[in-house]
Amino acid sequence: MLDFVQQLVSGIALGCVYGLIALGFVLVYKATEVVNFAQGDLMMLGGFFAFTFIGMMGLNYWVGFAAAVAAMALFGMLAERVVVRPILGYPQFSIIMATIGLGYFLRSVSGMIWGTDDFKIDTPFSQGVLRIGSLVLAHDKLSVISATVILCALLYLFFNKTTLGTAMRASSENMLAAYYMGIPVKRVVSIVWAISAAVATCAGVLLAPITFIHSNVGLVLGLKAFPAAVLGGFGSIPGAVVGGVLIGVIESMAGFYLAEGWKDVAPYIVLLAVLLLKPEGLFGLHLRKKV
Amino acid sequence: MDAAVTPEIILKLSNIESYYGPIMAIRGISLEVPRGRIVTLLGANGAGKTTVLKTISGILDPQKGAIEFMGKPIQRMEADKIVRLGLSHVPEGREVFPFLSVRENLTMGAYPRRDRVGVAEDMERVYGYFPRLKERINQPAGQLSGGEQQMLAIGRALMNRPTLLLLDEPSLGLSPILVKEIFTIIRRVNEEQGMSILLVEQNAKVALETAHYGYVLEIGRIVMNDTCDRLMHSKDIQEFYLGAKEQGARGERRWKKKKTWR
Repeated sequence: MLDFVQQLVSGIALGCVYGLIALGFVLVYKATEVVNFAQGDLMMLGGFFAFTFIGMMGLNYWVGFAAAVAAMALFGMLAERVVVRPILGYPQFSIIMATIGLGYFLRSVSGMIWGTDDFKIDTPFSQGVLRIGSLVLAHDKLSVISATVILCALLYLFFNKTTLGTAMRASSENMLAAYYMGIPVKRVVSIVWAISAAVATCAGVLLAPITFIHSNVGLVLGLKAFPAAVLGGFGSIPGAVVGGVLIGVIESMAGFYLAEGWKDVAPYIVLLAVLLLKPEGLFGLHLRKKV
Repeated sequence: MDAAVTPEIILKLSNIESYYGPIMAIRGISLEVPRGRIVTLLGANGAGKTTVLKTISGILDPQKGAIEFMGKPIQRMEADKIVRLGLSHVPEGREVFPFLSVRENLTMGAYPRRDRVGVAEDMERVYGYFPRLKERINQPAGQLSGGEQQMLAIGRALMNRPTLLLLDEPSLGLSPILVKEIFTIIRRVNEEQGMSILLVEQNAKVALETAHYGYVLEIGRIVMNDTCDRLMHSKDIQEFYLGAKEQGARGERRWKKKKTWR
């Protein structure tokens, strides 16, 4: 039983990271119908930024964290402006190729700058453990889970209670109508990219104590986060997080209880099963338009 | 009419040409909307009515010509900037935000505004015009009926407190009773708030009854313009737009005589 709870918690923690990356996929997809395959690499870059600020420049953890998030938000806007906006309106494949290209570019450039070694960020949560009876939970895992909960709550409030957040949902539902309302759609799209890069950075920094930061970490995790987004029903924000957590938990359970090798396959088996039974994903929305 | 009586012209199109890709959809149109009046643009399917509205509101850029709104040139301006000048567009097919609630849809209509008090007042005014929207305030707009969505689309545009309202086919797909209801409201908005309206309609009868002045558009060109009273009594309009049938070969002959008919 203890093993089970511990596996569950570490699965949820890992899943939260998948969920945060998947959230970035979903945000950008909803706003622009672009699937940003460089999402995982934005997370990797955010991790390296944080490593530079905290590990190399010796800033306080929280200051370095905030600086990395801010820098990556700007970088997200820049990436949208330079890579995606010029080819908006061209076939989907061109845009997807451009984001895949952006991912390659980020991986090799960060390899050139920071090298190909693994890096670790020292966090206030790296060492401590929480003991409940004989149950031992590592602080780093709990920090990932609580940070994800806080981030999701903030995003929920932003999207549902503020005018700008509502305008973002409006633009993603009907971009032309948003133009008719006087919503500056291009700026809204920029902000969406900034938010998704910032969320990815949070994922990267939170992940740093669990997995190390290296230039390919984004590719590996991006490949796990993408099914998380699909599982949740691409386009649903809560779905992305739930999908991520499910994949994380399945992975960690399969790694513990099943034979070697099942760990990486099990999430995909579940994904295929869910898509067979519910092709729109767990939280997929069907657009009903009355005429 | 002397100059003191003629109301100020708030929208003026001069020789506008617009393209849909390689296709020339508008072939040199000039029209004017005076302040406080309803002007209608009539024409069959594919005549270019919607393109005219899209060109005015900045969704399409004209290839040639000038558009002046309240004395300012607005051709090639970004659509969201034009809305901020006080020009709102109710698009064809309503285009509400389906997953946003009725209230949120209306809030989006007031997006350019910062005066919370005025926005709240205008929201009450919209509910006054369309009490049915108030009953459905928290429902997603996608669950409303077609007529309610049309009301929401109009109400949403009114939330911007525009000087000029562009209305594209408000009667599309609605029952005759709803059409009557919506056009009563359009007249009320015009009379009570003095709002200028440019109305595009296929239903020529209701459009001519509502508007003060009319333009007739054929394949991208204006072929006729006059007050609605006179248009309603014109033989061509009666025959081609109001469905009055004429016996004998006279109609045939007039078809051939008409120079602008291409």
